[in-house]
Amino acid sequence: MTDYNVQIKVMLLKDLLDPQGKAVQGSMHSLGLDTVRDVRVGRHITLSIQADSEASARNAAEEACKKLLANPVMEYYEIEMIQ
Amino acid sequence: MKFGIVVFPGSNCDRDMQDALQYDLQREVTMLWHKDTALPGFSTDDCIVLPGGFSYGDYLRCGAIARFSPMMQSVIEFAYAGGKVLGVCNGFQILCESGLLPGVLLPNGHQQFACKNVFLVNKNDQSIFKIPIAHGDGRYFANDEVLSTLDQNNQILFHYCNPSGQIDAASNPNGSTNNIAGICNEQRNVFGMMPHPERATNSLLGNMDGLKVFELLGLN
Repeated sequence: MTDYNVQIKVMLLKDLLDPQGKAVQGSMHSLGLDTVRDVRVGRHITLSIQADSEASARNAAEEACKKLLANPVMEYYEIEMIQ
Repeated sequence: MKFGIVVFPGSNCDRDMQDALQYDLQREVTMLWHKDTALPGFSTDDCIVLPGGFSYGDYLRCGAIARFSPMMQSVIEFAYAGGKVLGVCNGFQILCESGLLPGVLLPNGHQQFACKNVFLVNKNDQSIFKIPIAHGDGRYFANDEVLSTLDQNNQILFHYCNPSGQIDAASNPNGSTNNIAGICNEQRNVFGMMPHPERATNSLLGNMDGLKVFELLGLN
């Protein structure tokens, strides 16, 4: 068994209004960073999974995303396996 | 009909709900701890209520963690068996996360916590209710297919409206799609709504419209 480090990004679907991103963008403009556009805020989750292959670690990460870490009605996710 | 109210860590409207059901609706109420699984003496004629609050600190997404609590597994089975389930505010979010109701509740479009009285209309009989809301994540969203199914099956219980019952953008307190404030499942035994009827069931609170909401849902 090997420990696989996994990084997961969860973001609101691109078509959905992201009020948090909008508020952060407003603050950036207040700072004078007028050129900043399209701010969106999501979640970054790191975890490690014990598995006998990278494929099975990825499967476990997929299951975690589908069942808990992301809600497909409003979010999408990306999984990155770190060596 | 007796009621069970699930208490999660972070629930803060559970006692309000208990008061409203016990003293104003004169019903038997049992408080149910989230770590337990038993629904003692409950039949499908009874109702389980998921109260408002911030269960599990709203970690991950509102209602996402509560959905996996031991008690929720029993509540989901109870709902599938035909028992009545009402979710108010955070309870509505938990019902959506658990798949008992379609759609999700997103952060309010205007980036503010909304705490005020709003008007609701039930399109079936055009009845209008004044009920308080208090939420930061109440923007109902579902895809077009789900929305048209909800409409066709008459599953939209309440729309935000103006005092005369017109459903307009100015009366939408959070940016909900189609001004949706509350829905039910196709079988009509699971109800979810963002507004708080339990805060309007007693003349001392200056508003009794909550009683009419419980009556409309058949939970009285």
